[in-house]
Formats: sequence, structure tokens, C-alpha cells
Amino acid sequence: MQRYSVFALARQAFRNHEGWERAWRSPEPKRRYDTIIVGAGGHGLATAYWLGRNFGITNVAVIEKGWLGGGNTGRNTTIIRSNYLQDASAGIYEKSRSLYETMSQDLNYNVMYSPRGVMMLAQTEHEVRGYRRTAHANALQGVETQFVGPERVKELCPIINIEGPRYPVLGALWQPRAGTARHDAVAWGYARACSDMGMDIIQKCEVTGVRSEGGKVTGVSTTKGEIDCDRLGIVVAGNSGVLADMAGFRLPIESVALQALVSEPIKPCMDVVVMANTVHGYMSQSDKGEMVIGGGADGYNNYTQRGSFHHIEETVRALVETFPMISRLKMLRQWGGIVDMTGDRSPIISKTPLEGCYINAGWGTGGFKAIPGSGWAMAELMAKGHSPLADDFSLDRFREGRFIDESVAAGVAH
Amino acid sequence: MLILHCPNCGVDADETELAPGGEAHLTREGPGSSDEEFEQYLFLRENPRGVHFERWRHAMGCGKWFHAARCTTTMEVFGTYPAQTSEPPQEIRDRISDRRPGWRWRELS
Ligand SMILES: Cc1cc2nc3c(=O)[nH]c(=O)nc-3n(C[C@H](O)[C@H](O)[C@H](O)COP(=O)(O)OP(=O)(O)OC[C@H]3O[C@@H](n4cnc5c(N)ncnc54)[C@H](O)[C@@H]3O)c2cc1C
Ligand SMILES: [Zn+2]
Repeated sequence: MQRYSVFALARQAFRNHEGWERAWRSPEPKRRYDTIIVGAGGHGLATAYWLGRNFGITNVAVIEKGWLGGGNTGRNTTIIRSNYLQDASAGIYEKSRSLYETMSQDLNYNVMYSPRGVMMLAQTEHEVRGYRRTAHANALQGVETQFVGPERVKELCPIINIEGPRYPVLGALWQPRAGTARHDAVAWGYARACSDMGMDIIQKCEVTGVRSEGGKVTGVSTTKGEIDCDRLGIVVAGNSGVLADMAGFRLPIESVALQALVSEPIKPCMDVVVMANTVHGYMSQSDKGEMVIGGGADGYNNYTQRGSFHHIEETVRALVETFPMISRLKMLRQWGGIVDMTGDRSPIISKTPLEGCYINAGWGTGGFKAIPGSGWAMAELMAKGHSPLADDFSLDRFREGRFIDESVAAGVAH
Repeated sequence: MLILHCPNCGVDADETELAPGGEAHLTREGPGSSDEEFEQYLFLRENPRGVHFERWRHAMGCGKWFHAARCTTTMEVFGTYPAQTSEPPQEIRDRISDRRPGWRWRELS
């Protein structure tokens, strides 16, 4: 693999940048692989990456029906944080956040991780109590967060209106080492590293069936033919139910649309991420200067990657109250992704009723932050049969009543 | 914007008037049911790419529940029907068969 460095850049500058290699190969599928991962989003690619890096398993194909990173990985608002309430969540999200800190070096690919800090506003007394509780839980879990008062909120983010008429800012849960990263680069960096280890990333190839014999997975049918494997990892976010149906089991998941939008680019005015969960909106500023805005998900099943316009109205209304200066901004683009919501709003990293078939799903509105840690845990699960980070997230928790109830704990998107 | 006809009061209601209530025709388990049955009832979902039967409440209108048959990939509405039933009426199933030959939904198709 051609390494990226300041010297490589200088060398190429003298050659009119004509000597750059393609970042990954685009091979035709082989007849058989040890392991197949369905879905070349961040989680699928990270799973493949750690299978190779941590376990030396490299006879791997990652099969993608569209283009890699074209699902939710390339559609999200890139917030990375680990200030969850439950221990299981803290384990995997904090592992993930810490892996983000070194990802650019690990992958030799600039993912632009920016630990600019994430602030979750408390705008009701309930939220104040809730976030104080989370801050205490985080202290016990070794996750650095702090409950700060309204003056500190204003100091960290001067454009905020802390005296909102309906929902004044009463404080915030502040995680200084949380932040954002470049979403496409995360997918591209992993793809390049996987390809370099000899793995095949097969794009424009849809999995249309899961084959099995005697309750054990034997391969997949695809639009590029039959491909055999011993182990199968399903990592397809919003399409999890479709793949589970092919593999013969049902999931505690519903797929709904979640939208985001960006404004025209403006001068730097905000160097933290602010989430306002009571009024349902969040905002950060991209390096290009656009204000990146997200809000709530639709309430009904949907695969259209569009979403309802009234959510945009609600989100923007809430944010104009919180940040009055954005009221004159023009919005440039809006888009949607199909997110996979589980019953307890926590993910699933698990074996399935089909032997040899594993699933990583249910990250819903908040899985970008989890990509490296989730891949780490999923790879360990697939290589060794269990993973300390993943065990609590198994599928049977819904039958056994072992919920990891972040929906009640946080009640938030992303 | 999604528009559904409320069979209770006859209004064609905008999505903003309606509250979504999730998958329809679930068997409501109770005391004496097994863990597996409760898992089915509370958590496991069809979540299909295609024909979906679902519950809605005309929250900002007459306040009553009804059912809708809808396609989750095109947003086409095949019809709405009263909630006092355990399966979709034949005429709606026929309309779906017309529009989506070979459709599947648990044991109903
Ligand atoms: C608008 C929006 C904002 C968000 N904001 C945040 C945020 O700020 N922070 C955060 O942490 N998370 C956020 N998320 C959530 C986050 O984007 C997802 O949880 C995460 O990207 C999921 O990654 P993935 O790899 O599991 O799925 P994806 O990136 O969706 O990848 C799944 C892949 O599987 C492929 N696939 C599906 N079916 C098949 C098939 N049959 N055969 C082959 N391939 C198939 C798809 O084409 C897709 O590329 C947001 C999501 C959205 C939509
Ligand atoms: Zn009505």
C-alpha cells in the first residue's frame, strides 16, 4: 500500500498528482471465502478490519449492494460521544471513542477526528436530574463528563440563547473529549486498510438470499452469483429485517427514516457540538462552515431514505429558538437515512438462530460514534464465539428481559 | 406528506394530525404466556420492505384508532380500515394482490 505522508504529497505535487494508486481494489467475487460480511458501511468494514488486524482472518469479502459508505455511514451528522448511562453502553462507546482518537494514525488515513467537545443541554428540571445522574454514572465508568451550569454553557458556545422563553438552558452534560469526524473518510480508510490486507470489497453486489444446510450457514446468493462461506456477518443497518428474513429469523427492529440538513457555509461561529434533546434538535459546524443540523426520526416504518418534511420544520423551529442568529441562514441540502431501531434503543451484536451467522445491527440513530468499537467487538465475536464488549448486546436479551435501556435513560437520538 | 383516510370520522388526515402506533395485528399476550410469546408480542417485528399493516390514531382529530395497509418502499397506501378486527379485510388484501403480486405478511398473505 502506498503510504500517505507529507513526503508522498510533495512527491506527487511534482508529478501533477498522477502517481496516486487507487485506495482499494474492486475485484470480482471469488467462489468462496472463510468469512463474508454483508454491508460495506462503517460497521461492516470495521468488522472486517479487526478480523484481519486482531485475528489474522483475511480471507474475507465485504459485499455491498450500492457503494461503500453510501448507507447511513455517509448520511449521518458525525457526532461522537460516549456519555451513556448503562455500563454496557459505556464499555463499547468509550472503547469506540478512544479508538477514534488514534484512527487516523492506525489507518494512515486522515479521518479528521475533532475532539471539540459535545454539550447536551438540560432544559427541564428532569433533564438536569437525568444528566447529573449520567455524569455520576460516567465518573464510575471512567468516562470523562461533567455537569456544567448555564454560564459555562454560554462561555463554551456564545451563540446560544440561554434565556429561551419556553426552555431556558439550566445546564448541560459536557464531554470535552467527544466530537466529530469525517464520515466518508472513516469508511474509505477502513476500506483501504481491508483491501491492503487482501480482503475483497465487492460493490454493486446485492445479497438476495442466505443459504444454509442443517441449520448452518453455507453461503449467500447475490446479484453476482453464489458465494460460499463458513461464517456470515450481517451488518446492514436499516435493511437488517430484510437480511434476517432471508436467514429465517425475526428481529426486534423497526426501520424508520431519520433526516439531517446543512446550511450555507458561514464563518466559524461555533466550535462545540450542541444537542438540545427536549426541543429535539442538534447542531455543529463543519470544517467547510456549514451548520450541520439533525433532529428526530419518523414514527413509522419506511425504507424510502426521505422522511417527512414536518420533522425538518420542528427541528429548525427548535434550533432557531436556541440559536437565534441562525434564523436568517439558508438551508442548502436535506437528506435521509433508514435507521434500525430496537426495542430498548441499544444495538445488537450477536449470534443468531442460524449457526455461523452473526448480526450487528440496531445502532439506530447513533451508530457512527460506535464504528471502531463495534467492529472490534463483532470481529472478536465472530472469531472466538464471544466478546466481553458484545455479550450484553446479544439478541436473547429481549426474551430474557435484560434490556440495556438507553431510551429511557437518555431519550435521545444519535 | 402522508395522508390517511380515517375510517372512523371520514377525514383525510395529514400525517401531522396522526400518531403512528406500530405494527398491526399483534397477538396481545397476557398472564400465563411464555417468554417466547412475550418476545413476539413486545419486540419482534415484520419490518418488511414492502406491504405493511400498521396502527394509527387520529390523535388531533376524532381521537380514535384505525389500521392502514401501506407500502414502506413507495409510501403507496392500499387502504385504511377499522381497528376492531384481527386481520385486514379481504377487499384490501385483494387490492394488495393486484398491486403487489406475491406479497407476504406473516400467515395472512
Ligand atoms: C441523518 C442521520 C444522522 C445521524 N447522526 C448520527 C450522529 O450524529 N452520530 C452517530 O453516532 N450516529 C448517527 N447516525 C447513525 C449512524 O449513521 C448509523 O448508526 C451508522 O452509520 C450505521 O452504520 P452501518 O455500517 O451499520 O450501516 P450503513 O452505513 O447503512 O451500512 C449498511 C450497508 O449495507 C448495505 N446493504 C443493505 N442491504 C444489503 C444487501 N442486501 N446486500 C448487500 N449490501 C446491503 C447498504 O447499502 C449499506 O451500505 C445518523 C444517521 C442518520 C440517518
Ligand atoms: Zn378520525
